[in-house]
Amino acid sequence: MTRRTLTVVSAGLSQPSSTRLLADQLAGATRDELVRRGAEVEIQTLDLREYAHDVVNHVLTGFPPAALRTALDAVAGADGLIAVTPIFNASYSGLFKSFFDVVEKEALAGRPVLIGATGGTARHSLALEHAVRPMFAYLRAVVVPTAVFAAPEDWAGDGDDSALRARVRRAGIELAEQVDRRPAATGPADPFALTTSFEDLLAGRDPA
Amino acid sequence: MQFGIFTVGDVTVDPTTGRPPSEHERIKAMVAIAQKAEEVGLDVFATGEHHNPPFVPSSPTTMLGYIAARTERLLLSTSTTLITTNDPVKIAEDYAMLQHLSGGRVDLMMGRGNTGPVYPWFGQDIRNGIPLAIENYDLLHRLWREDVVDWKGRFRTPLQSFTSTPRPLDGVPPFVWHGSIRSPEIAEQAAYYGDGFFANHIFWPKEHTQRMVALYRQRFAHYGHGSADQAIVGLGGQVFMRKNSQDAVREFRPYFDNAPVYGHGPSLEEFTRETPLTVGSPQQVIDRTLGFREYVGDYQRQLFLMDHAGLPLKTVLEQLDLLGEEVVPVLRKEFDSLRPAHVPEAPTHASLLAAAGGAKDSTVHAVDDVTGKAPEEDR
Repeated sequence: MTRRTLTVVSAGLSQPSSTRLLADQLAGATRDELVRRGAEVEIQTLDLREYAHDVVNHVLTGFPPAALRTALDAVAGADGLIAVTPIFNASYSGLFKSFFDVVEKEALAGRPVLIGATGGTARHSLALEHAVRPMFAYLRAVVVPTAVFAAPEDWAGDGDDSALRARVRRAGIELAEQVDRRPAATGPADPFALTTSFEDLLAGRDPA
Repeated sequence: MQFGIFTVGDVTVDPTTGRPPSEHERIKAMVAIAQKAEEVGLDVFATGEHHNPPFVPSSPTTMLGYIAARTERLLLSTSTTLITTNDPVKIAEDYAMLQHLSGGRVDLMMGRGNTGPVYPWFGQDIRNGIPLAIENYDLLHRLWREDVVDWKGRFRTPLQSFTSTPRPLDGVPPFVWHGSIRSPEIAEQAAYYGDGFFANHIFWPKEHTQRMVALYRQRFAHYGHGSADQAIVGLGGQVFMRKNSQDAVREFRPYFDNAPVYGHGPSLEEFTRETPLTVGSPQQVIDRTLGFREYVGDYQRQLFLMDHAGLPLKTVLEQLDLLGEEVVPVLRKEFDSLRPAHVPEAPTHASLLAAAGGAKDSTVHAVDDVTGKAPEEDR
């Protein structure tokens, strides 16, 4: 049985948080589909509020404190990423952006990502498409077509038959499909590894 | 083992008084700190090189030449010399001159500089940082070892029949260290030439230093300069001490909280846990510093950052008293007793001279004093 890891990043600030609730539903839907496809799934969820100070410290000092290091490794080493943010001022929250600002370059390249967001009104829903999706496109992640936005009225829907549940299921299947077709993740390149010879360096030859 | 201090040369407001020193005060303070370093028995004083405010040391050999004239024993070094934006020809000339004036009390640490706008001020581009460091150093290395150099590269005008003067003192070039925080290419460069590798160490978790030093040691052995544990390693450190550790923490906290680099970020407690910064009693500094060898192996040079973040000169001089009287004598003894016999000391002019089989006058008498012509032009 193939073993797959999903890392879930939730930038919800309140406790309990509707952002975390949506993140859990997306993770559950993805896991169900991966299990249906014969995988064993391990889910690790990161509530960014717990890393808020560490993220700022990293931005200021240039290195992550130990707990944040572990969180970043979980992002870089996952087979699939689920990233969910509340929408503030028509975009992702500052904490969500700051966290992904300190994720190592290349760590998400080619990685399947499912994006989701919550907001106080459905009029924020396209922030997923004009803000969150382009950020992951820049990071060269593979963002699945369905992005899931949950407005207050969505939570009032009718259990398993609600429109939100249907979107969550569809998005989970899309992410599982992308994870399933890829070899297991190996994490980002080691920044301390020597990738060139001194002869090439002296000759001014670019190893890339 | 060598012990010393390295300074950035920052002009920073003292957060407890709100007053910034003038450039003049800071420059004079750096000289006083260097003289104090010799007085308390330290071995090395190294100055940074910067070409933008709030830093004063834009002209390291001027400062080090002045300090050389006022000291007897102190080894003068840099932290770092910008091998990217300085012309390697000028570095060869300036530091050979300093070597003569100081009686061989000179070595250098090469660094790249990480401030993008500085590069174009000197006709360069930060995106070429590594290639500049590689090409320029290779030329510098030749200029000190070959009397007449023909050279062509990517970043400076070609040289034809060029002799860098003065030739190195006694025919022995100054020892060179290469400093880098996380560029494996620079560890590789240091290993290739059999030069020293210096890990800044102080602003990052120890794992960075450990990885870089391990790579350098492994490549040093690969290039046949000796076994991995014979490679020449230097480390930075940062300490603030009082007899009573609570006093040290209380006094240093406002400087820490407002310091350049890490100020307004992690707490003093977090930063001392995550990095080698030690704020406490001399004994705590001794214990922490001895711990460095557990993850880099036996090493040759330990430099401490003592004078940044707006600390007043008086306080810095008190710190140097503590360092010289209570910390370094113990460290010297402990490190020396732990180091195996086959692990060398850091090279000095005397040891390099001995290795070269003694002094030779390396003066190049190539030019007719009257006509200014080189002999080959008359043929």
